[in-house]
Amino acid sequence: MTTWFSSPDEAAARLHDGGYLADPATATTTYLAGALEKPLLVEGPAGVGKTELAKAVARAADAELVRLQCYEGLDEARALYEWNYKKQLLRIQAAQDGDSSWADTHDEIFAEEFLLTRPLLTAIRRPGATVLLIDEVDKTDVEVEGLLLEVLSDFQVTIPELGTIEATRRPFVVLTSNASRELSEALKRRCLYLHLDYPDAERELEIVASQVPDLDRRVAGQLVATVGRLRELELKKAPSIAESVDWARTLLALEIRDLDDKAIDDTLGVVLKHVSDQDRAVRELRLRR
Amino acid sequence: MSGSGLVDRHIAFLEALRGAGLAVSLAEDLDAVAALSALPWDRREDVRTAYAATLVKKQAQRPTFDAVFDVYYPRMVGEGAAAAAERSDAAHGEATGVRDNAEALQAFREELLEALAADDQERLLGLAAEMVGRFGAMPGRGPGLSSWSAYTALQRVSPAELTSQLVAGLLADGRTEEEAERTAGRRIGRFTGQVEADARRRIAEEKGAEHVANVALRPSIDRLDFTAARRADVEEMRRQIYPLARRLATRLTQEHHARRRGPLDFRRTVRASMSTGGVPLTTHHRPKRPHRTELVVLCDVSGSVASFAQFTLLLVFALRDQFQKVRAFTFIDHVHEVTHHFRPGADVADVMADLAASTSHAALWGRTNYGRAFTKFTEEHADALGPKSSLLVLGDARSNYSDLHVDALREMAHGIRNAWWLNPESRRHWDTGDSAAGTYGEVVPMVECRNLTQLGDFVHDIL
Repeated sequence: MTTWFSSPDEAAARLHDGGYLADPATATTTYLAGALEKPLLVEGPAGVGKTELAKAVARAADAELVRLQCYEGLDEARALYEWNYKKQLLRIQAAQDGDSSWADTHDEIFAEEFLLTRPLLTAIRRPGATVLLIDEVDKTDVEVEGLLLEVLSDFQVTIPELGTIEATRRPFVVLTSNASRELSEALKRRCLYLHLDYPDAERELEIVASQVPDLDRRVAGQLVATVGRLRELELKKAPSIAESVDWARTLLALEIRDLDDKAIDDTLGVVLKHVSDQDRAVRELRLRR
Repeated sequence: MSGSGLVDRHIAFLEALRGAGLAVSLAEDLDAVAALSALPWDRREDVRTAYAATLVKKQAQRPTFDAVFDVYYPRMVGEGAAAAAERSDAAHGEATGVRDNAEALQAFREELLEALAADDQERLLGLAAEMVGRFGAMPGRGPGLSSWSAYTALQRVSPAELTSQLVAGLLADGRTEEEAERTAGRRIGRFTGQVEADARRRIAEEKGAEHVANVALRPSIDRLDFTAARRADVEEMRRQIYPLARRLATRLTQEHHARRRGPLDFRRTVRASMSTGGVPLTTHHRPKRPHRTELVVLCDVSGSVASFAQFTLLLVFALRDQFQKVRAFTFIDHVHEVTHHFRPGADVADVMADLAASTSHAALWGRTNYGRAFTKFTEEHADALGPKSSLLVLGDARSNYSDLHVDALREMAHGIRNAWWLNPESRRHWDTGDSAAGTYGEVVPMVECRNLTQLGDFVHDIL
């Protein structure tokens, strides 16, 4: 069993190499998730890099990323495993033409060959290092949470026909949630919890600079300061890091060298996506004199 | 870990967290120990992160956790190492004299203003500690009797008076006026919090952490009483309204989907069973008709309960697509309709400002009079209530000993689908003083609704 990270500082450094600038709390919690081999539940507003954290861990630890995107109506067959009915049927029909007995056929059609593995089972059976990302877990129904419990606490999956499959090597599990629904206590208890929030100006400037290296450092500074001012307003949806990066790309594409009030006003649609938010920003920041 | 007192402290810390309303299970307790063993202990923030990751599973509880953590694992002991060094320096030089006089106060305030303007967190923490040590000491007669008061310190230094200077400084940086005021308010609010935290730390040193955890900690924002909320809390609560509405809406949609199957459609089931030889293998159901309520909200907007009324109105309007129609009225001693302020997609802060401005329409003499408000409502807006509508009254039922006009309320509650009364006061204060909770409660069922959690639960139940 290999360790994921040897210390919080090393986690921070390797995440940084993987293109993710983690603050100390994120680095420490990520290290703990690896050291304790517990799933990591990441919550926070949209666009602060929750999914990106899982990808960065995969890059930093040189592991394969297995992703399970959750949605309403997700079931066992899509999350865990499914028998390949069509192939089984073909096998049975083929057996009828020949002269093999039903007992043989019966054993054969519930073999590995007919099993379709879905993300959860795939992640558990992989021999190499694996990062399992369960994205937007709050979008699922409550029943799926029950399904996750066995996988997340014991890292095993029980298939009635094949028996219990245990993880050869425990994957690094990251669950993300937008907190649109309270997750069950049972699920939360099995996880470490990390709340990601908007970063401070310094770290955001670094993120923008690393994602959009061509942007002038001065303009990036202006951009980060403006985003900070926007977040202090009472908005329906405050601009996220992803939107700051989009804004930086926009400014680069439009070749704006100085982010003055007019430039902010012209490109405000990139960061604020509600009409009332834009009106408020224009009024409070006095963009149109 | 045993023998060093660390286990005892760990257990005490967990007990305090449970006392403060965090549900910490034994499994999480063991996780926390495992996490701490996996970490080097040289940084306090790492310890905090380890505890937070394993014990706090709701962001709303994080402020409470931080406060308890600061009490049990304090940042420093007494005046801290830096201050002690300073004092020995001073002892070598000339006599320090009195550390607390008008001159010292003036110098301290200047330093504070500088730190606030620069928003230098490290320095502000230091200043908060210094401020409590210098201006907040309450000397006692003997050892163990002296104490510290954040209140005294804040009264003496009164950081709030620095606001105008801070605003001027921020304006010079090119911020707009509203922005500068908001930023200044936030910084001073945060500093006040730091001063209070430092006072708690010092008291915990002298009287034991348990004492502080029991008396001095405030509940988390979703459990904080509306009536006990300060200005900063009100802002924070307002930010919670939209996420709360979104969570409620998601939960309701999911529950509606789960209950989508209506009563059995007998004819379709029998007809479909023909293909399986008369055996009804699959049943067919009639689609369920969702009924949507017309809601009429009548809220008391007099000073004491105004913020509660605003929250409830905001929440109701954020959930408006769950209702067929919503009409809102405000009153103090006169009724005024405010439905038109809640335009779809309107800005929260604007709506609040409009509401505040329209408060004057709801008052003739400015003293709450429930009886008069109900009579006026039946006279002027009787058309709002029909057999399909539900009535929601918000208020503390304190009517200044005036005529209650219970008959007017009875008339309003008659012939409508449902009626509730939400009271932001704790149940034990009902019927004390001029409260007419019992009298009105006989006509309209009265529900206690003191914080965001109770409000969310109530709104969920009526939908």
